[in-house]
Amino acid sequence: MLQARLTKRFPPGRDSAAFTLQVEFQAAAGVTVLFGPSGAGKTLILDSIAGFVRPEDGRILLDDQILFDGAAGVHLPPRARHCGYVFQNYALFPHMTLRQNLEFAAERRPRLDRRRKVNEMLERFHLADVAGRRPHELSGGQKQRCSIARALIGAPKLLLLDEPARGLDAPLRTELYTVLRQVRAEFRTPVLLVTHDLDECFELGEEMLVLRDGRLAQTGAPRKIVDHPASAEVARLLGLFTLLPAEILTLDPGRNSSRVRYGEFELAGPYFPGHLKGDRVWLCVRSEQLKAVARDSRPCPNRIPAQLLNVIDKPSTARLEFSGDIAVEMSRSAYEPLRQTKEWAVEFPPEALRVV
Amino acid sequence: MQIDWFPLWLSLRVAVLSTAISLAAGLWLAWLLANREFRGKEALDAAVTLPLVLPPTVLGFYLLVVLGRESGLGRLYEWITGGPLVFTWQAAVIAALFHSTPLLIKSARAALESVDRTYERAARNLGASEWAVFRRVSLPLARRSILAAAALAFARSLGDFGVTIMIAGNIPGRTQTVAVAIYDAVEGGNGALARVLVLVVSAVALAILYLANRLAPRQAM
Repeated sequence: MLQARLTKRFPPGRDSAAFTLQVEFQAAAGVTVLFGPSGAGKTLILDSIAGFVRPEDGRILLDDQILFDGAAGVHLPPRARHCGYVFQNYALFPHMTLRQNLEFAAERRPRLDRRRKVNEMLERFHLADVAGRRPHELSGGQKQRCSIARALIGAPKLLLLDEPARGLDAPLRTELYTVLRQVRAEFRTPVLLVTHDLDECFELGEEMLVLRDGRLAQTGAPRKIVDHPASAEVARLLGLFTLLPAEILTLDPGRNSSRVRYGEFELAGPYFPGHLKGDRVWLCVRSEQLKAVARDSRPCPNRIPAQLLNVIDKPSTARLEFSGDIAVEMSRSAYEPLRQTKEWAVEFPPEALRVV
Repeated sequence: MQIDWFPLWLSLRVAVLSTAISLAAGLWLAWLLANREFRGKEALDAAVTLPLVLPPTVLGFYLLVVLGRESGLGRLYEWITGGPLVFTWQAAVIAALFHSTPLLIKSARAALESVDRTYERAARNLGASEWAVFRRVSLPLARRSILAAAALAFARSLGDFGVTIMIAGNIPGRTQTVAVAIYDAVEGGNGALARVLVLVVSAVALAILYLANRLAPRQAM
């Protein structure tokens, strides 16, 4: 169990703005995902936990050991922290064979145990056949497995992964997820994983920490965060929503309905608990819940005329981008008959509306 | 023609010893400069660079002042070994050392700094002590550049004239290194001896240069 509270300030530099990292979180058994855009401070958090960076203030507790305590002046060196770290480019020692890489890491185990453990890890991560090779002779997947095996061999109390899937092609990515699921099942080590890929959060994460500009914007299960983003900021980061500035006109809890105004249009929605009439809010709708339709002469409820700017073809869907930052994601089969449409409208199903 | 090869053997012996000491002390200083932040780092860097820019005779003069028979260090040496340091072949080693170590430190520092920090971080993360990180990760990864630097330092030790003549003097058969012997031969009108020594030293220097270039890291590791 990791408990961390940390603060680190960076004064503005010649070509960088001031940046402050201020977070507090826990990571229990299972996979905790640190999600956020680049520059949010994700890697800085990993480096502070691993001891490569010294925070200004706070406290990092791993199981019962204090790794860092700003007030007491405790800052353990990286070698005393027992955190496995899988680096972005794996950082396998290029002058050692794969076996030697593992042996280097196994040295903190009892002498008699080392050989057995190295062999066990080579077997477990399907590396026994290539144990004598150097990193540059290995495939991407082998390097990846080796770096994970190397990080785990010293029986760390926490495994840190810095964007492990970055730059991997799809098959390797799938392989990585399989390996990490295996790690989750076979080792009890809690995992803290940094990513800016939402699919990865769902693929692996039990718990998700949304980080933005050095602060935690929301924490919770990935499913919960996607269903109920806590703020427009989080919704924007997830990239799944159309966000519209709106004002609440009426609220009727009895009939579970409401009316909101967006620009010159009025839309019907469900009742929004915790909000008041007149509140300025962000309407937040999953892009795949919106419907793009051909514009009709007669006005229809909850339809807004919009100008199509862009169509992005995806393997199984089409993403239609309209004026006003509205994006609609629809299946290819639904889009094909509409392909020739010139005048568009976007329909907002009332039950799909959320406000943040 | 009878050629006295003593100066060449003396020079080689001096250069080997000086390069060995230079590697031990220089690598440590280079590691310090490449890895540690401390007060006076800039001053240390300047002090290390100084012998490169000072005229050799000036450096020799300073060494004479610091190590001479009247100085504290000189007397300490005399008390320990029973003989003075200046104007011995050991003084020639010191001359060569001061002449060549700055070059080695500069190159070794650059070599150590060029090692990807991620490897060192990975090693620390896996439980390695600072010494283990240096010996088993940084040093092997910078090995070729450091060996190339040592080869160049060796060549420089071999060729020192100014510092050597100031503190080791020109005593034939005792402190006369090859560079001094060549000067001596030319001064004494012994052109044939000078030519032979010049050719031999040039050949050795070229061989070292070739070796250093072979060792310098190629683009693809």
